[in-house]
Amino acid sequence: MHDALTIKGARKLDIEKVRKDFPILETTVNGYPLVYLDNAATTQKPLAVLKAMDEYYTTINSNVHRGVHHLSQQATDAFELSRKKIAEFLGARHSHEIIFTKGTTESINLVAASFGKKFLQEGDSILVSGMEHHSNIVPWQMICEEKNATLKVIPINDKGELVLDGLEEVLKSGVKLVAFNYVSNALGSVNPVREIIAAAHKYGIPVLVDAAQAVQHMEIDVQELDVDFLAFSSHKIYGPTGFGVLYGKEVWLNQLPPYQGGGEMIKTVSFEKTTYNDLPYKFEAGTPDMAGAIGLAAALDYLQGLGFPAIREAESELMAYATDALQSIEGLRFYGDVANRAGVLSFLVGDIHPFDMGEILDKQGIAVRTGHHCAQPVMDRYCIPGTVRASLAFYNTPGEMDRLTAGIRKAITLLS
Amino acid sequence: MTIKEQQDEIIADFELFGDWTDKYEYVIQLGKDLPLIEEKYKTDDNLIRGCQSRVWMHPEYKDGKIFFTADSDAVITKGLVSLVILVLSGHTPKEIVDADLYFIDAIGLSSHLSPTRSNGLLSMVKQIKLYALAFQAKSFQP
Repeated sequence: MHDALTIKGARKLDIEKVRKDFPILETTVNGYPLVYLDNAATTQKPLAVLKAMDEYYTTINSNVHRGVHHLSQQATDAFELSRKKIAEFLGARHSHEIIFTKGTTESINLVAASFGKKFLQEGDSILVSGMEHHSNIVPWQMICEEKNATLKVIPINDKGELVLDGLEEVLKSGVKLVAFNYVSNALGSVNPVREIIAAAHKYGIPVLVDAAQAVQHMEIDVQELDVDFLAFSSHKIYGPTGFGVLYGKEVWLNQLPPYQGGGEMIKTVSFEKTTYNDLPYKFEAGTPDMAGAIGLAAALDYLQGLGFPAIREAESELMAYATDALQSIEGLRFYGDVANRAGVLSFLVGDIHPFDMGEILDKQGIAVRTGHHCAQPVMDRYCIPGTVRASLAFYNTPGEMDRLTAGIRKAITLLS
Repeated sequence: MTIKEQQDEIIADFELFGDWTDKYEYVIQLGKDLPLIEEKYKTDDNLIRGCQSRVWMHPEYKDGKIFFTADSDAVITKGLVSLVILVLSGHTPKEIVDADLYFIDAIGLSSHLSPTRSNGLLSMVKQIKLYALAFQAKSFQP
């Protein structure tokens, strides 16, 4: 939707200028200027987000949907405007299809618990992929255990792609919902979302897409994808922590029972019977994170101001540059689909333990993540203890990629 | 050498290093001198789980003293394990239980003892003390 407003490639990001919006990038670590390459774990926040949240607290803080008074009305308006902006960002048909949560994890738990309660029966199954984050495995495992259902898995190949041969056979065998990530947090692989959704829909099976590692890198239009549920976290798309989104098609959300009970989610309460509120409030028990919603909307405004095509262009140029630079290092091997990945460079060098590599990089002021990235089944698939993961954002520079490459070379000298 | 003397010697050694590179080179070199655990003891029972790197450790009780052998899959961790063993191995259970390990902090590698780093070193120190406690309890039995 938003892309229609911007002519593709019309603007190019002025990265040095953009970096000034993120003061934390000026930090010095261990005597070196920080190179922040842990963006898949969390992104830094632009001043515009901090300012919006500060303004909320200093000027209109009040509980939403409850007060007759002026501030409460202003807070409610700002809060609901955020929901509208987020709905527009995702291309949702209705604002009430946007449910506010604590993050991707809670969004998935909500669907697993509520969908499972209503639709999952003994002998049924849930289908996930072999490259899921633990938070798109464990909630399904829990409900499957409770309902005596089984968890099935789409396998991955050596290249880091999902193996879709035989998918239809599996779908026909009692699968009630398919849940998988758009982009793998451990490998960076971009999964064939449309193909999987189309296959599932052929058998009337709804699909949940974990877009935690996708929304910040690519355009998402939930109506075009025809996805039934989609989850993401605010803090990975330059917004505040502790806030997240669940998109659900109205038709599905209306069928699901509430996830938690409490204030806001009710219409009437008596000791005999409680009736539930309409969407989206049915799923938002308790006082919501007002500042979180406003912060995320400010982040989306900020990104829109830069222009999504310009962001994507900057990131794909940087990915290509980093891939080439890292590939020049002898003994370095990538994990994940090198030809089709977003934001994440997951690798190992020779027999160097990722933890050792991460520590030596940290000593040089370079922040990467090491380990299994909360995706142990992926590491088991490749029989490795973990990887080193450098994850990029549009504010990273080619110079920082050179620092990473030089840092890795230094680590190799020290550790070999 | 007492546990305290050994720690003070390590601290003095580390003070000679100009920058972090020298320090890490030394730690990595120490890892190569680690009294390696025998393959047969590299079992799940002897594995100390950290989130990132793994440590295997085996205690042996001889003439009232405990001797440790170990290994790790990460070389920096292995160097630190080597230092801890250098300090604690060959002492009585009581000496080990009572030991205050201040050298890790003093040589500027305290981040390795932070539970968030979760690299097995903290769990390893705990495990060594637990072994010592167990041997201590055993030696009091009639």
